Amino acid sequence: MINHDVDIAIIGGGPAGLAAAYSARNQGAKNVIVVDRNDWLGGILPQCIHDGFGVEETGHSMTGPEYAEMYIDRVNKMGISCMTGTMVLEFTKNYNIIAINKQGLHKISTKAIILAMGCREKTRWHVMIPGDRPSGIFTAGVAQAFINLYNIMPGKNVVVLGSGDVGLIMARRLKFEGAHVLGVVEILPFASGLPRNVVQCLDDYDIPLYLNYTITCIKGRNRLESVTIAQVDDTLHIIEGTEQEIPCDTLLLSLGLIPENELSKTVGIELDERTGGPIVDQHFETTIRGVFACGNCLQVYDTVDVLSLGAKHAGQHAASYALNQFDQVRHSIPVKTLNGIRYIVPQRISRSGVIQFTFRVERPSQSAVFHLKANGKDIFQKKLPWVNPANMVEMKVKLSDSLLKSVDHLEASLDG
Amino acid sequence: MDEKEITCIVCPIGCKILVRRNGTLCELVEGNKCKRGAEYARSEALDPRRMLTSSISVIGGKWPLVSVKTTKPIPKDNIFTVLDVIQKAKVKAPVQCGQILLKNVADTGVDVIATKTVGST
Repeated sequence: MINHDVDIAIIGGGPAGLAAAYSARNQGAKNVIVVDRNDWLGGILPQCIHDGFGVEETGHSMTGPEYAEMYIDRVNKMGISCMTGTMVLEFTKNYNIIAINKQGLHKISTKAIILAMGCREKTRWHVMIPGDRPSGIFTAGVAQAFINLYNIMPGKNVVVLGSGDVGLIMARRLKFEGAHVLGVVEILPFASGLPRNVVQCLDDYDIPLYLNYTITCIKGRNRLESVTIAQVDDTLHIIEGTEQEIPCDTLLLSLGLIPENELSKTVGIELDERTGGPIVDQHFETTIRGVFACGNCLQVYDTVDVLSLGAKHAGQHAASYALNQFDQVRHSIPVKTLNGIRYIVPQRISRSGVIQFTFRVERPSQSAVFHLKANGKDIFQKKLPWVNPANMVEMKVKLSDSLLKSVDHLEASLDG
Repeated sequence: MDEKEITCIVCPIGCKILVRRNGTLCELVEGNKCKRGAEYARSEALDPRRMLTSSISVIGGKWPLVSVKTTKPIPKDNIFTVLDVIQKAKVKAPVQCGQILLKNVADTGVDVIATKTVGST
């Protein structure tokens, strides 16, 4: 066993892990280590070759690989050690991490842990598409890695199921590489990806977007031969007689992302079933003291900018914890969600101050009002001119010590 | 004169901006939350341009490809002409992030640069 003694260990070297490491080091943590199972740093970013990263954070638009290199350079200059090609097998409540790589088994003893494992893509089995099991069915992210990292074209005639951002971006990418993109099929009445991606990836190239449609059958003996699409009603049930068969050799699935928390579950960190990530307080601390969570393993973010900002806070607070500058929590109250709000992060408030909330709404609206209530009374409200489930909403709310002492929970809701 | 709704792509908010077009003149009507949105809507109505990102084959590199981008947005109508040049190009490793790989690509006046560092094998 190879032993390491550090202040902070970060599991995952994608954008969240790198931003957390950078910020923890800035906050005074001396020994920071980043562990990643890939042979490279930056996580998914090197395959996200499109631009639009870093606009909110730096003021100019970068591609994924450029954004990753910016943080990799910072982390390298600060002397943060990064162990790539290393898989974390387990960690314990007393901050020991067991990891393995080609050199052997490693034991990392640390004062605080930051979880930054990212997320995974949903597959065909999450939505139970009936039919054959031929080759030619890929998640959008896997197809993205094939094309952008390994120079392999996944197919020629492509249908995309799900209008998540990766699916939209891949529709354009495949078009660029000479494939026929026959359409993007979305069961909901609106695209789940960002509006700019609908415009720049589909509208620009006349790729049809089938809203209120889903795939009802997959056919193919060896390779995919066709998919059948059909319209759905308001209750998402298939409308009989609307089926049409589309011949194709490739199906890309862009069905959404699931926070990766297999490790979190093994130590009993409480998860929020709506976000799929750990329940955290405003300092990104999970239900286990000294274990923090950030990035897409906490909640699936829309943009890397907002993700990095959150991860930096997590890194800062983890450093304070490791350096014993963290004041003890007196009490922690839950933030419950009522109508109109799909989920909210943080789910718990443990200290007073300005809280940076991020949340998603249930459905699109042109005039919505966000309410935060305590004991049934509004303590904060704000008009939101345009909300959409595809766009995460950020909101700063100041909560006083006296308020937190007088209530046992807060309620977030949306009118309109 | 015609009216057009443009979905702004400057940031992820995606404002719906209404513009009125009259030949080469463009009048902003409403919907933008920021100045950059106004600029975008104007240029989108009169001279639509896009940043183009793709990849170029690398010879003798740690990766078979290097990701690339145009240094400036190019006219929408030139996208597939530029892609054709990019697809035929090959570069030798090592490649530095920011390195110019194609100068004045397809006579657009815009260069294509690497967006990733690829070391040699």
